[in-house]
Amino acid sequence: MQLSQDELKRAYRRMYMIRTFEERVVKESEQGNIPGFAHVYLGQEASAVGVCHDLTDEDYIGSTHRGHGHCIAKGVDVRGMMLEIMAKADGLCGGKGGSMHIADLKKGMLGANAIVGGAPPIAVGAALTQKYLKTGRVAVAFTGDGASNQGTVFEALNMAVVLKVPAIFVFENNGYGEHTHVSYACGAPSIAERVRGFGLPCEVADGMDFFAVHEAMRRALEHARGGNGPYALELISHRFLGHFIGDPQAYRLPHELEAARAQDPIPKFRRRVVDAGLLQDADLDLIEREVEAEVEAAVQAGLAAPPPDPAKSLTTDVYKTYA
Amino acid sequence: MPKKTYLQAINEAVRSEMKRDPRVIVIGEDVAGGQGGSGEPGGVGSVFGQMKGIYGEFGPERVIDTPISESAIIGAAAGAALTGLRPVAELMFVDFVGVCFDQIYNQAAKFRYMFGGHATTPMVIRTAAGAGFRGAAQHSQTLHPLFTMVPGLKVVMPANPYDAKGLLIEAIRDDDPVIFVESKFLYGMEGEVPDESYRVPFGEANVLREGEDLTIVAFGAMVPRALQVANALAKEGVDCEVIDPRTTSPLDQQTILESVERTGRLVVVDESPPRCSLAADVASIVAEQGFRLLRAPIRKVTCPHTPVPFAPQLEDAYMPSPARIEEAVRATVGFN
Repeated sequence: MQLSQDELKRAYRRMYMIRTFEERVVKESEQGNIPGFAHVYLGQEASAVGVCHDLTDEDYIGSTHRGHGHCIAKGVDVRGMMLEIMAKADGLCGGKGGSMHIADLKKGMLGANAIVGGAPPIAVGAALTQKYLKTGRVAVAFTGDGASNQGTVFEALNMAVVLKVPAIFVFENNGYGEHTHVSYACGAPSIAERVRGFGLPCEVADGMDFFAVHEAMRRALEHARGGNGPYALELISHRFLGHFIGDPQAYRLPHELEAARAQDPIPKFRRRVVDAGLLQDADLDLIEREVEAEVEAAVQAGLAAPPPDPAKSLTTDVYKTYA
Repeated sequence: MPKKTYLQAINEAVRSEMKRDPRVIVIGEDVAGGQGGSGEPGGVGSVFGQMKGIYGEFGPERVIDTPISESAIIGAAAGAALTGLRPVAELMFVDFVGVCFDQIYNQAAKFRYMFGGHATTPMVIRTAAGAGFRGAAQHSQTLHPLFTMVPGLKVVMPANPYDAKGLLIEAIRDDDPVIFVESKFLYGMEGEVPDESYRVPFGEANVLREGEDLTIVAFGAMVPRALQVANALAKEGVDCEVIDPRTTSPLDQQTILESVERTGRLVVVDESPPRCSLAADVASIVAEQGFRLLRAPIRKVTCPHTPVPFAPQLEDAYMPSPARIEEAVRATVGFN
């Protein structure tokens, strides 16, 4: 399906935003400006952006510990994200969540989730709401290849089929669950084959190609919005860094990483739309400069912002009301 | 006022809230019962009949039978709550929490805090708890201490039919995740329950009996036992106050401390192993905040530090019996 120029620009902007944001998270983390640890999404930009391209703010996504890309693809404010990752009072979650718990319910973002396999059951519930209220909206559960082996994921897949809810399970297979390869950890011939065993369709697509992801997701949305129950995608992708920032990656040889980087989704997108005459290099260059400025502004705002005041917020927001 | 059982009170609370608010749904294993079989669905209404008839009244869209998948049940309830519904999920036996605890304590309980106050998760997990049925180690536990220690959860332990209805209505209208611990032992207990809807607020203890000599704090199924002992001892001139906190989180510390201020003596009865129990919790609160009020050491009457045994002789010895409660009261009153 042909996308308009505006849509192509939006997709490129989001992919480039994820790239720029995450590279900056790495830098700020290394410089000690980000407490704790962060898992970055570098290399997988086409996956999040392709999946979220046709979603609205009323469609929901549940994310993973590697969630910054999903947030950006869903339209979450990058300044609020950066402040949250930097543990500031004006971060999206008031500095109480951090990198692994960014959520923005107004954008349909049900939270990054630091428990591997934590989000799919929640996404089934969000999908149940859509079915019950007949909204025509969907809930997407992002899951990695590592989480694909969790019992919670099996339960969620089966429950979604049994209750016939508009849930879309997106398995981002980046090859490694933490430091262990999918070929070791997944006992089935493939994630997709195992998922199909639960009684729902599962397509395999090139997660490094925005257009392939978008096309597969279009079919998933048609299926789920049409009241046909859940759908799944296995997106073959690569993460450019290790499990966490600073991971020495002894488990992965340099040639494997080189091959992954050769599939970089961002230049791939650029070549495709420029060669097809859909956009000019200058259009994309302009987007890049704008994104870089936006991330720079977010970082500067984050560095200058005050941390949360324990006297004000340590014990708030545990309950809505508590006697 | 009409007499009803604790079980009927629970059923009535769910029905009345479902009538009042279309966002309330029921989800769990066999909450309807019989789906996909050769007979009619809806005949079971939960394993003890707590939801009996609700499927027939509200239909499959609102009374949702699930596979035996506790993580998916609780997770789906959490996700539905986060996106606008008010699910009443059933965890058939509280013992099964082991297979879904992540969805309770890492997910539902923490959404609001992790997300900086921007999330609301109005869900209730109804669950049957307690020993005395020869159900053995994996169908007899109480586990309320486990929930009580989790910030973000509210924990309710109704001890009579009136409270069962009023507290469940309150739980369904509450905007935070609530663990509603139903005592299997009390399902058949009869009491006066109004037909109309009413709320019993959380964090307000029920003082069942006023007394001057000693305070007994008891939870759930232990409340009637404590009251029985108190009434018996009153004939001997031992005047016990009996307090049922109704909810363990929030806990009405004030009523307990004010009572101990008058009596100077405290016995806490909790159907739970002793360590990190509600008995230990209440004892620590009173020791810390009411040390100078005490005229005798605090006594805890709990189960032993063992799993729940099967053999009737063992299980009976496991439970805090009226005799053990009485012994603790006598020892505390007689302390010099």
